[in-house]
Amino acid sequence: MANIMIQRGSKGEYVFYLPKRDLEDAIVSMEFDTLEKWGGEIKLNNGGTYFIEPQAAPAKLPISLRAKRLDAAE
Amino acid sequence: MSALTREETEALIQEVLEVYPEKARKDREKHLAVNDQSIEQSKKCITSNRKSLPGVMTIRGCAYAGSKGVVWGPIKDMIHISHGPVGCGQYSRAGRRNYYVGTTGVNSFGTMNFTTDFQEKDIVFGGDKKLAKVMVEIEGLFPLNKGISIQSECPIGLIGDDIEAVAKKTAAETGKPVVPVRCEGFRGVSQSLGHHIANDAIRDWVLPRSEGKVHESTPYDVAVIGDYNIGGDAWSSRILLEEMGLRVVSQWSGDGTISEMEKTPFVKMNLIHCYRSMNYIARHMEEKYSIPWMEYNFFGPTKVAESLRAIAAHFDDKIKEGAERVIAKYQAMMDEIIAKYKPRLEGKRVMLYVGGLRPRHVIGAYEDLGMEVVGTGYEFGHNDDYDRTIKDMGNATLIYDDVTGFEFEEFVKRVKPDLVGSGIKEKFIFQKMGVPFRQMHSWDYSGPYHGYDGFAIFARDMDMTLNNPCWSKMQAPWLKKEEPVAEKAAA
Repeated sequence: MANIMIQRGSKGEYVFYLPKRDLEDAIVSMEFDTLEKWGGEIKLNNGGTYFIEPQAAPAKLPISLRAKRLDAAE
Repeated sequence: MSALTREETEALIQEVLEVYPEKARKDREKHLAVNDQSIEQSKKCITSNRKSLPGVMTIRGCAYAGSKGVVWGPIKDMIHISHGPVGCGQYSRAGRRNYYVGTTGVNSFGTMNFTTDFQEKDIVFGGDKKLAKVMVEIEGLFPLNKGISIQSECPIGLIGDDIEAVAKKTAAETGKPVVPVRCEGFRGVSQSLGHHIANDAIRDWVLPRSEGKVHESTPYDVAVIGDYNIGGDAWSSRILLEEMGLRVVSQWSGDGTISEMEKTPFVKMNLIHCYRSMNYIARHMEEKYSIPWMEYNFFGPTKVAESLRAIAAHFDDKIKEGAERVIAKYQAMMDEIIAKYKPRLEGKRVMLYVGGLRPRHVIGAYEDLGMEVVGTGYEFGHNDDYDRTIKDMGNATLIYDDVTGFEFEEFVKRVKPDLVGSGIKEKFIFQKMGVPFRQMHSWDYSGPYHGYDGFAIFARDMDMTLNNPCWSKMQAPWLKKEEPVAEKAAA
């Protein structure tokens, strides 16, 4: 499990930030993206995959979360 | 000499790597690249933020350097104790030229060195008592200090002293903030982690102090973050922001104070100059206090104008007009400087190797003078720094991460730049090789280089270095005479 931060990029896309490894990347897909259910498996531009517990969509971004690494790039 | 093609640059990298044993070659190969502007993500061509190999000589610092030297050190009204043996603090004292206003030793302490001077007995029995005693002494001798930060050196982490407990106890006694920073030098691969640790300490120990306080804010409040006022940089940046109508509430951390930092959560926008060392706190403030942040670049008139407009775009028309007014006001002065120096510098080629923001930020300033940056690299950059650099650098130019002394020398010998900009450890090597050199960490004891006023000094300094008559006197006169004779003999 790693602490991550999700924020909005300049084009309105989600941006993923993993401070521990200073990894900043766009999120290409998120499993659930509705108001009630948000999160699940997220795929990054660099090919990495992370999992965040599905939850209600956050009221504002950025938000810090715990995420599980499923498949890291490199 | 004309610019190298992509193939030539690649061949150059391979040639330089040849001397290494295979394992080292494989590792170093990942840190050297030929720039390709079409690449979106730097990690496809360059690896960064990795441990340097033992046996190669690189010029990185440590986490203590990143925290005490960079982030905390310039906060002028706090006393920063170098907690541990005496050397770390003493040999880095006042070396970074973070200018400040104030009376040193009375209400400002920037250039002073405070240390707990660890001895064997402190290592064996722990140094907590000594630390508490030092802080009592500080309160007696320097009552106008506004707080204390405890910058840990390596032994503190090794022996496991509880500096947090001492800090809390002393803070309760004095009523002033005491911030323990766990920035032991062995943490991380370079000073970069020290920046992060220092940012985290600010997040945990300084920003919460603003809670419940009242601040008379205006819609134009901004904070300048990541400007360390080297040679007065923050001042020459600040006046531009103020002239366009913004109110600069705090400066982090050059010429900064703890009360300014505590006021930062009330600003409307954080302006980040050094992204590498302060992006962490900006991200935190965005999340916790909903303060947006943006990066800007105040090197060279083109980038200054671009940045002023980008900053103004986040505010109302009054600020936008203000930005245009400021740009117009300085345009004549800039044209004059460019007219004076561009003919003397045009077409000259530069290689850089510095840290933080400079490897990409100063490119614009050189281009304004008609110069070209043909190689650049970071001491301690991360992938996101290189992402940003790829766009600023020309195609087929060299990019090197955590370059070793050998590689850098070889690159300079082959690329033959007209000017090298790097640190003090490289300066004399290149000067002895006959290459003009500027020390770009603290502007070679000059500065400021930020803002419009800074550009005037930047242009003058580059001209002064490049067109110095000494470069034509590199050969001893008696050797010069011999040359034609030797040629004749050979013929």
